[in-house]
Amino acid sequence: MTKQSNSPQFDILRSQLKRVRGLGSSHSGSQAWWAERLTSIALVPLTLWFIASVIGLEGATRADMVAWLHAPVPLVLILCLIVTTFWHMELGLRVVIDDYVHNNAIRIAMLLFQRGLCIIAGLFCVIAVLRLGLWEGGS
Amino acid sequence: MVAFSLPANSRIKQGKTYPAPAGAKRVRTFRIYRWNPDDGANPRMDTYEIDLDTCGPMVLDALIKIKNDVDSTLTFRRSCREGICGSCSMNIDGGNTLACLKPIEDITGAVRITPLPHMAVVKDLVPDLTQAFAQYRAIEPWLKADTPPPPDGERLQSRKERAQIDGLWECILCFCCTAGCPSYWWNGERYLGPAVLLQAYRWIAESRDEATGERLDALNDPFKLYRCHTIMNCTDTCPKGLNPAKAIGAIKQLIIDRQV
Repeated sequence: MTKQSNSPQFDILRSQLKRVRGLGSSHSGSQAWWAERLTSIALVPLTLWFIASVIGLEGATRADMVAWLHAPVPLVLILCLIVTTFWHMELGLRVVIDDYVHNNAIRIAMLLFQRGLCIIAGLFCVIAVLRLGLWEGGS
Repeated sequence: MVAFSLPANSRIKQGKTYPAPAGAKRVRTFRIYRWNPDDGANPRMDTYEIDLDTCGPMVLDALIKIKNDVDSTLTFRRSCREGICGSCSMNIDGGNTLACLKPIEDITGAVRITPLPHMAVVKDLVPDLTQAFAQYRAIEPWLKADTPPPPDGERLQSRKERAQIDGLWECILCFCCTAGCPSYWWNGERYLGPAVLLQAYRWIAESRDEATGERLDALNDPFKLYRCHTIMNCTDTCPKGLNPAKAIGAIKQLIIDRQV
């Protein structure tokens, strides 16, 4: 096709209704939204508990820490805190990227990268806590 | 990505000044955005000095006075002049509102008027609402029912059922809320925006409409609905005192209600 130099070039001439309907509804989104709310609510008591625990452990030796993590309640709560924190972080970052990044290739790359980062960082924390709480010699 | 500065041909320049007539006592200054697609020039802010003794009390009265008596090239939409048609929505003194409902006395200093933000400008204060109205069409804003209407009259609704659409039916589609929503600024092509979502909820809350599930299906989408982050500019700016944020919250609630 020869390019006409002086006439305006229109790339988009489809109907407005087709444009705004786009590819239709993905029938998803509610789960992520709901999970974001639930994790944020769960993080309120978990974070308060964690802060209180850290204050309570002031001056503790490494052995005291390990002993504390060997009790089932702190171990389970701290695992809940880690999973909830990184899950919430992943959901929040996804929203920010979806809001502001409009190039689809870059957006999908960033979404995959941030999800991987959250999973790896979360796993590091989980393994560290399990090593202290389960495998390292305690009382 | 988000652009932080205007392109060179969109930067607003200083425009002409039209001084008040000699002997004017109550002079107010109006600084109005002007852009003509035909002259190839940048947008400019023209300054008009108006004697309030010869002008009505609302911003729209001043605009009509300018068009009639000072500068007939000033272009804006208006019709009912009483807040029921939604034509004269524009940004006045930094907030989106209807010029006909905004008293000049409520504004301190010069009255700054620009078109609705983040909409393409057709000319001067006239925004291009094509996309917003196409989005309104896309939510199918009409009664959908499988039950045929009664042969002897209209479809009935109890007083209680009728009350469920109070705060929704009053929307006049001026799009002040949609044009004031940062999520719509960034993702207007995919996010439906507060005005259209309030209208969508108007039909979801409608007792005679039988397509509730289908309507919720169509909205359950990360971009169409869930770009709303309850920023609340919509509720803050609505010149009719409506609460689009509450309507959007109700849609999200219903989508969860049918899953739990």
